[in-house]
Amino acid sequence: MIAEAGLAALWLAAGLAALQFLFMFVEVRRNAALARPMRSIAVVQGVLTIVAFAMLLIVFARSDMSVKLVFENSSAVKPFVYKVAGAWGNHEGSMLMWVTILSAAGAFVALFSRRTSERTLVAALGAQAALALGFYAFLLIASNPFARLWPAPIDGQGMNPLLQDPGLAFHPPTLYLGYVGLSVAFSLAVGALLTGEVDSRLARAMRPWVLGAWILLTLGITAGSYWAYYELGWGGYWFWDPVENASLMPWLAATALLHSINVLAARGALKAWTMMLAVIAFSMSMVGTFLVRSGILTSVHAFAIDPQRGTFLLALLAIYVGAAFVLFAWRGATLKEGAPFELVSRESGLVVNNLLLTVVLGVVFVGTLYPLFVEAVSGEKLSVGAPYFNAVAGPLALILAALVGIGPLLAWRREGRPVLRQLQVPALVGVVALVITIIIAPTMHILPRLGFTVGIYLLGASILPLVRRNPLRAPLATWGMVLAHFGIAVALLGMAANAAFTSERLAVAQPGEILNVGPWQVQLQDVTPTAGKNWTAVEAELHATRGAGIVTLKPQSRYFTDPPTETSESAIQTFWNGQLYTVIGKPDPSGGWQLRLWWKPFVTLIWAGGALIALGGALAMLGRLWRLRRRREAGAEWRKARYA
Amino acid sequence: MSRAIRFAPLVLFLLVVAALVWRLAIPPDTNVHSTLEGRAVPTFSLAGAVPTKAGLASTDLATGQPHLLNIFASWCVPCVGEVKVLQQLKSQGVVIDGIAVRDRPEDLTDFLARNGDPYERIGSDLQSQVQIDLGSSGVPESFVIDGKGVIRYQHIGAIEPQDVSLILSKLEQAR
Repeated sequence: MIAEAGLAALWLAAGLAALQFLFMFVEVRRNAALARPMRSIAVVQGVLTIVAFAMLLIVFARSDMSVKLVFENSSAVKPFVYKVAGAWGNHEGSMLMWVTILSAAGAFVALFSRRTSERTLVAALGAQAALALGFYAFLLIASNPFARLWPAPIDGQGMNPLLQDPGLAFHPPTLYLGYVGLSVAFSLAVGALLTGEVDSRLARAMRPWVLGAWILLTLGITAGSYWAYYELGWGGYWFWDPVENASLMPWLAATALLHSINVLAARGALKAWTMMLAVIAFSMSMVGTFLVRSGILTSVHAFAIDPQRGTFLLALLAIYVGAAFVLFAWRGATLKEGAPFELVSRESGLVVNNLLLTVVLGVVFVGTLYPLFVEAVSGEKLSVGAPYFNAVAGPLALILAALVGIGPLLAWRREGRPVLRQLQVPALVGVVALVITIIIAPTMHILPRLGFTVGIYLLGASILPLVRRNPLRAPLATWGMVLAHFGIAVALLGMAANAAFTSERLAVAQPGEILNVGPWQVQLQDVTPTAGKNWTAVEAELHATRGAGIVTLKPQSRYFTDPPTETSESAIQTFWNGQLYTVIGKPDPSGGWQLRLWWKPFVTLIWAGGALIALGGALAMLGRLWRLRRRREAGAEWRKARYA
Repeated sequence: MSRAIRFAPLVLFLLVVAALVWRLAIPPDTNVHSTLEGRAVPTFSLAGAVPTKAGLASTDLATGQPHLLNIFASWCVPCVGEVKVLQQLKSQGVVIDGIAVRDRPEDLTDFLARNGDPYERIGSDLQSQVQIDLGSSGVPESFVIDGKGVIRYQHIGAIEPQDVSLILSKLEQAR
């Protein structure tokens, strides 16, 4: 019954989305009376998808094996958290989650958005419904999550053990919220292009969505990076894997959009560019989903390799992105650029920021799809990996980070003050850091060396907007910006330290043997069998010391029963100045065990930086909402008159 | 904004879609194509792996008729299943020679008694030297070798029942 109720809710929601889509044309043809119920329909549609998703959660929580999806992806012996998380740890469930967030976002816009004109809003809700409609069709035609099995099996086939991790409960929903949050920016841009109302009001309506999506993408990428770091047991935090790139590309576009939207909101300039970015940001989200779901590129993330689904998703991608680009080409000519600005100004600083971010985005995009193009043209097979990305995107990112220190100091329209003088101290500190790295590590690679220089400089430069004013009276949004830029410096230092100073040791160790890695002496005490609820394992006991005190680490090599899979559970000990990372591998015929040990100085700064960036975004969001509320209260009377 | 700029995103996007459509329409070839095909078998001479059978030398493979050379081991689990398929090939007249990798005679005798014995000759490759010279990276693996001792086809992994017709056609081409 529950599964059927979910399916019914999904069909109803699809019907309402179709209605919304029709209303969009009515509204654009200025027949406002007909489109009046638009907001209510959008809300009901959102509620219906939430109901459908709740039904899926219930069948997973109850391990209802008569539902095919539960049978294929869950098992009765799994811990409860992973039973629930299993609802989105598979293709159908994750697509339902995607459409649920999409429609819920539409409902949220319908309920709360008062900033754009009603015409643009209705057009945007229509665009949002058009997006949802395609994904409803995809779910109902090609990947029904509520399909039944008869007779019902007794137990399920289990779930990929790599996904049985607290990271799973958090990582995909966060990324999806971020991806789909960008859909609102896309729909608002499409709506505004249709009505021709691309102005600062639109930018203010779009900004919280972009900011919110960007915060979640930042968190999702940071968490995903840490998850891959400790779960995959390779000791790396970023692999330039196509699917990682698929999450990085929307983030880069959203970061650019986040900055250009401020120009549109404050100065009414960069109209066409901002609309383009809003379209590209969500397009990159869809490209990401397509790459993951079609299995078109070889990746550690290739969960669901199914050409039929790939075709369906590609068709949706082509329709939506193609339609938005056609709209841009058609309506773009009507956009009048706003207030002019001079060469040295906040605006041009943000233009440079956008150019660099877009070039990095292009570099990642080309690198990810290049093998495909080469094979299509010449038949030659190749792969593009870290050497290309690091060599091309690395220097660009460093230039960008250096400019991050300058941009916020510039005034809107025209900067006449000697701004660079403020940067003397941070720049000097950066140069000192450079000299120190040359003295203590003369053989260091150029990228980490510059990473230290720029990172140290940016630590100081990023807080300058709060200097020489009363920090307590600075707007919360300024605090947020400073914190996010400071976070970039922190993450940069973590990456540089990890690249420059990591020590690695791979060896076969006999029990009792001592291995050296970095400043550590690690002794293999013993290897013993152990077991959990749905796995068995061998566990090594390692005693590590670097002078005073002994730390015990227990890495495991786990064997899951359904489905049969081996995973290595690394044991990581965090210290203030780095992490000791240990992995146990296979037994050796000589009676020893393969051990992999890493000492990674200050590696945690990478994720701490990511968290600071997200926190900065959250502060800015809070500041904007706060200000909005105060303005709302002030403007309540005026609005009453308008809607009377 | 000039028309060229307005249409540029659309044109670029269409190019990307075209590449993606192409990839979906023509899935990548996941087969590994051996670079050894067309080359002569390297010269080797191996002692018998079990007392009851003759050993194997490269000259034994150039006898004018095609051979199926199977690289296997008694300690290899997929090889157990593969023997039944090899028996079927043998019953259709295929000459099968084996190279047992890093094996012991008593284990091998036991393996053959338990699972069946489709082999004409079995050479014992104690240090994997011949296996490496042949360009084989694991067990089981098989080579179709023509009457002149030239490798015509390399099959990586066990020969499954659905591969029988493929192997037979490769042997036919090698004739």
